[in-house]
Amino acid sequence: MLLAAYVVYAASTLGFSWSRMAEGMGHGQAFIGRMFPPSYENSEAILRGLKESLEIAVLASFAGILIALPLGLLAARNLMPAAVSWTARAVIALARAFHPVILAIVFVKAIGFGAVAGVMALVVASIGFIGKLFAEAIEEISMKQVEAVRATGASFMNVIAFAVLPQVLPRFIGFATYQFDSNVRNSTMVGIMGAGGIGAPLFVAFQRFEYDAVCAIVLVIIGVVFACELVAGRVKKVFGA
Amino acid sequence: MSEPALRIEGLVKEYRPGVRVLDGITLDIAPRGVTAIIGASGSGKSTLIRCINRLVEPTAGAIWFDGQDVTQMRRGALRATRRRIGMVFQEYNLVERLTVMENLLSGRLGYVSAPKAWLRRFPRADIDRAFALLDEVGLADLAHQRADALSGGQRQRVGIARALMQQPRLLLADEPTSSLDPKTAVEIMDLLHQAAGHHHIPVLVNMHDVELARRFADRIIGLAGGQIMFDDPPAGLADVELKRIYGGESWLH
Amino acid sequence: MSGPDAVIEREWRRFTPAQRLARWAVYLGIVAAVAVSARTIEIIPEFLYDAPEQLRDLFTRMWPVDWAHYPGGVHEALVETLHIATLGTVLALVMALPLGLLAARNVTPFPPLNYAAKLVLVASRSIDALVWALLFIAVFGPGALAGTLAIAFRSIGFVGKLFGEACEEANRGSIEALQATGAPWLSVLRYGYWPQVKPAFWGLALLRWDINVRESSVLGLVGAGGIGVALNTAMNLFQWQRVAVILLAILAVVIAAEVIVTQIRKRLM
Repeated sequence: MLLAAYVVYAASTLGFSWSRMAEGMGHGQAFIGRMFPPSYENSEAILRGLKESLEIAVLASFAGILIALPLGLLAARNLMPAAVSWTARAVIALARAFHPVILAIVFVKAIGFGAVAGVMALVVASIGFIGKLFAEAIEEISMKQVEAVRATGASFMNVIAFAVLPQVLPRFIGFATYQFDSNVRNSTMVGIMGAGGIGAPLFVAFQRFEYDAVCAIVLVIIGVVFACELVAGRVKKVFGA
Repeated sequence: MSEPALRIEGLVKEYRPGVRVLDGITLDIAPRGVTAIIGASGSGKSTLIRCINRLVEPTAGAIWFDGQDVTQMRRGALRATRRRIGMVFQEYNLVERLTVMENLLSGRLGYVSAPKAWLRRFPRADIDRAFALLDEVGLADLAHQRADALSGGQRQRVGIARALMQQPRLLLADEPTSSLDPKTAVEIMDLLHQAAGHHHIPVLVNMHDVELARRFADRIIGLAGGQIMFDDPPAGLADVELKRIYGGESWLH
Repeated sequence: MSGPDAVIEREWRRFTPAQRLARWAVYLGIVAAVAVSARTIEIIPEFLYDAPEQLRDLFTRMWPVDWAHYPGGVHEALVETLHIATLGTVLALVMALPLGLLAARNVTPFPPLNYAAKLVLVASRSIDALVWALLFIAVFGPGALAGTLAIAFRSIGFVGKLFGEACEEANRGSIEALQATGAPWLSVLRYGYWPQVKPAFWGLALLRWDINVRESSVLGLVGAGGIGVALNTAMNLFQWQRVAVILLAILAVVIAAEVIVTQIRKRLM
């Protein structure tokens, strides 16, 4: 009941009103009319943008996963001395603090417009996401198995390989594939801020009121994201996740 | 006795300052035979065993193994020493998601470099030895099963095989039968006894089942209050000694 | 060792040949994808070398932080952002519940409906909140309404999918028992499924709210209300010190939201 009261309160604060909604519905109809049929006139630009988005997603996921793996390990309090783990956790927390879009803006300012800014922004975002989850997964493992392998005189890396990783690998693969999907999605919008990908043509079409082009791009995005989710699902199965 | 495999001198362990779980333990372990350590909970049995390979850090004292003091070793030397000491755990401590074979091979991790370990490239000799040990512990068909698919007794056999894979000079066992039903416990103790004889290594076992100790040990050490109360072959273990070790009579009857 | 048979070396393979092939195919695929992407992506080296310089320039301009700007320009917008996030989440939960139920194969044993619901959920998740915001701005004009709906519609997919999966994993036993008593469908839902999926549902709701707080803060960059608007204005006017205070405010809110969520989680779980 508290929730319902809140909803009413918030709605009024935000200036919602039935008249606005009704107006909007009218616009909505017109809008949908203008969106269909979707126009693929500018398919060149769309395809280029799409390719760039996928490139951004692939590179950002690859680099992000590669960095997050050791970083997450360093952040695990049950394996590392406090000084090391706290530093690593701080780095991860910092990486997570900001939305990819904000990161994109910062990177665009730093290295100019283009896909590289997008890649950098998403690498940071990926590190934040995977790093945190990976560290948490490691902190939940059974230390008994680790103890036994340590007792055989194994080196640190061998202990990681045989006692830690087997316990966390399936979950890690889940995080990695989820982040890839997430990056594919994110790569579609960093372009709105100038960081490359299909977001740029999308925004341009939007500002020119070319809603049929917008619709075309949105449909393509849905298709691509869905396809990537399927691919990621198969990869997960191959690695036994 | 001839040169002892292990010599412990004045071993002290305080988990909290002033509270001594081990209070000046001194003993020698001969290079052959099964030695059982018995005592009530909290008497320091587990701590004693775990100090030997420094899974627990001793507070004071010396532990001589292979001519060196384990308590003073730095990381590299400690790892080299741990390679030569095999350990069997109460809860088996197998890596559950790995297969039996991989668990066995993990016993060789002290001898294999990191890249090879990651890629699972173990020397031919190790693989052969693994199969031979699997035969010895009676698990020949289960090489490719995942460890978590095994029963308790089977897991402990894998644990013993893993320890033997190290080609150790000493075998430690921390309550290896406490999580097993009585019949399986006897089988495992029998296996330990046989393996010790077959591979010519001393076994130091920690247990709370006195009958099992009497049956399989060549020497029994009774701990109470962090000190050795009894140190003789099982024949000499009468009720009066047991009372001293465990305190109180009620459980005897 | 017994007889000549013992001489035959026993082989140990970690993966079956089929598994090996699949794994190698994936590795190859990844390497290929990365190589192709790295080659075709435009990298202008001068810009990269310039980067530390540019960043330093940016940070100097942001200092000292314009705290004074907070009460006037920032606080209200921040509150608006929170409202957008919360309202959007609530709306999403309301809409996602029936969709999730429709998508769960054991609740709705009618494949076409399952697929339709799943399709809607996929579409909802594939489109980022920012893009939804653009769409709603076109319909309702710029402002918080567009933002709230954007958050809501984006979240439906997330909540609906995971909720549907939670329903599919529910223990069949108690459900069947209820069905056997001849209880009406709604009762089976309320007394059979709901108790089991309740923790997952609330966990999901909290998680999504946390993410939505983050998302809402940037919606304003395209004009959909909240603190993003203030951020956009400040950036366009090159008032970097205001940008700094806004970013810090966003950071504070995001951290606060996480702390709140962690605390609530501890109480509930």
